[in-house]
Amino acid sequence: MTPAQVIGELRDGMTIGIGGWGSRRKPMALVREILRAPLKDLTVVSYGGPDVGLLCAAGKVKKVVYGFVSLDSIPLEPHFRAARQAGAVEAVELDEGMFQWGLYAASLRLPFLPTRAGLGSDVLKINPHLKLVKSPYDDGEELLAMPALTLDVALIHMNRADEAGNGQFLGPDPYFDDLFCMAATRRFMSCEKIIPTADLLREGCIHSLKINRMMVDGVVETPGGAHFTECPPDYGRDEAFQKEYAASAADPEQWRLFKAKYLDLASEDEYQKAVKAR
Amino acid sequence: MSDYTRAEVCAVAIAEAFRGDGEILVSPMGTLPLIGARLAKLTFSPDILLSDGVAALLATVPPVGAKGPPPVVEGWIPYRTVFDVVWSGRRHVMMGATQIDRFGNQNIACIGPFQKPKAQLLGVRGAPGNTINHATSYWIPNHSTKSFVAQVDVVSGVGYDRARALGPVASRFHGIRRVVSNLGVFDFATPEHAMRLASVHPGVSVDEVVQNTGFALMIPDPVPQTCVPSREELRLLREVIDPSGLGNKEVKA
Repeated sequence: MTPAQVIGELRDGMTIGIGGWGSRRKPMALVREILRAPLKDLTVVSYGGPDVGLLCAAGKVKKVVYGFVSLDSIPLEPHFRAARQAGAVEAVELDEGMFQWGLYAASLRLPFLPTRAGLGSDVLKINPHLKLVKSPYDDGEELLAMPALTLDVALIHMNRADEAGNGQFLGPDPYFDDLFCMAATRRFMSCEKIIPTADLLREGCIHSLKINRMMVDGVVETPGGAHFTECPPDYGRDEAFQKEYAASAADPEQWRLFKAKYLDLASEDEYQKAVKAR
Repeated sequence: MSDYTRAEVCAVAIAEAFRGDGEILVSPMGTLPLIGARLAKLTFSPDILLSDGVAALLATVPPVGAKGPPPVVEGWIPYRTVFDVVWSGRRHVMMGATQIDRFGNQNIACIGPFQKPKAQLLGVRGAPGNTINHATSYWIPNHSTKSFVAQVDVVSGVGYDRARALGPVASRFHGIRRVVSNLGVFDFATPEHAMRLASVHPGVSVDEVVQNTGFALMIPDPVPQTCVPSREELRLLREVIDPSGLGNKEVKA
């Protein structure tokens, strides 16, 4: 598939889960394709990084479901902050572990999973939809019932994949990409490189094949597709670019220039050319 | 001129928070917590597990922010394994706090009303789950009435009053060991688990601590002074753990 074909499957108002973590192995080529599309009113579910920031800045987002939104080496995401501080997006802020539990519950087709995380904190106050559940066993303990975070679409980025939809991470952490896929009705994977199935074990061991074709509906090859987030071992985070991104967010004129240079482009290929040309 | 810096006093005070922790995962957030945890591992808490901040558990103790020989990896701890460890309780986290109150409620989420905050911060991150599941300590490098407040805006990490209100069952794994700031060390060793000044750092007066705290601290009489680094601790800090002096950049004085 092409990024445009993937994003052509999305509709206004959908709940979109985005894999990766902070500014790490994010499906940025697909996020940039959403920026080019007329989509709106999206609910974005993410261990958030610049994916959330860019979508908020472009006015694509109605609601964000997150545990944090951070650029890692730059702790706070400027566009997400601006959107929150303007009251422009609805916020469902969860503990990181609750978030995982929500994806896992959706993956297993369960209405909720119980956890201690969240009890006593303001997570319950700022999310009045959350409820408690009492253990039916002798202990009778009261726990938080984390509801399933069911997704319409999951977008993830892997280092390698085959045409059939088997995906491989070659970096140190799989994050929760498999759960995003299992929690979603439609699942799309971008990757640095599509390779023959027979070559999948050439660069990584069997444990790196975290995504299999049951979990994926479409594959798209997007070299540099996680830029400017990191995608080791293929490349690290483009810290200089991320600094430029964050700095430009502070000033409307600078942001307009940044957007014209890198985002208001016809395709991912043009983005990659603009990045290389700087 | 003393022969140790305030940052080095803080590093030792932070290390002391991990004394007796045994074979558990210690997760320090921030530069001096990283330094302090490594000091604890090299001295009195050799059994603690430390990660490289990505996904590897390290058997050796590399210097912070400086190139050294490749560390020895002893295990794999991606985020989902960290969450499993959190919920199993075999962990002691030292987090930062934009705000903290007298019962140890911590805020890293936002300042102002949640629906439309004056300042959006990180989000609650793992603080709710951490604090209700295992030992927690805090590191606050900028002790002031803005960080030590009467009431936090969003309770991210659970304090003792909130834990007590949950009852003995739900709160049985909750515990805040200590709070280390650039001015002193604090604990909750009072009948109500209200914050107590445990020691002031050398060169800091009790008054200075009181003036910079937005709630009534329990003040013992006399107030002890925070332990100063030993010669061996200074050697480890300066030659092994933090040869480029990053700690002194986080806390000046």
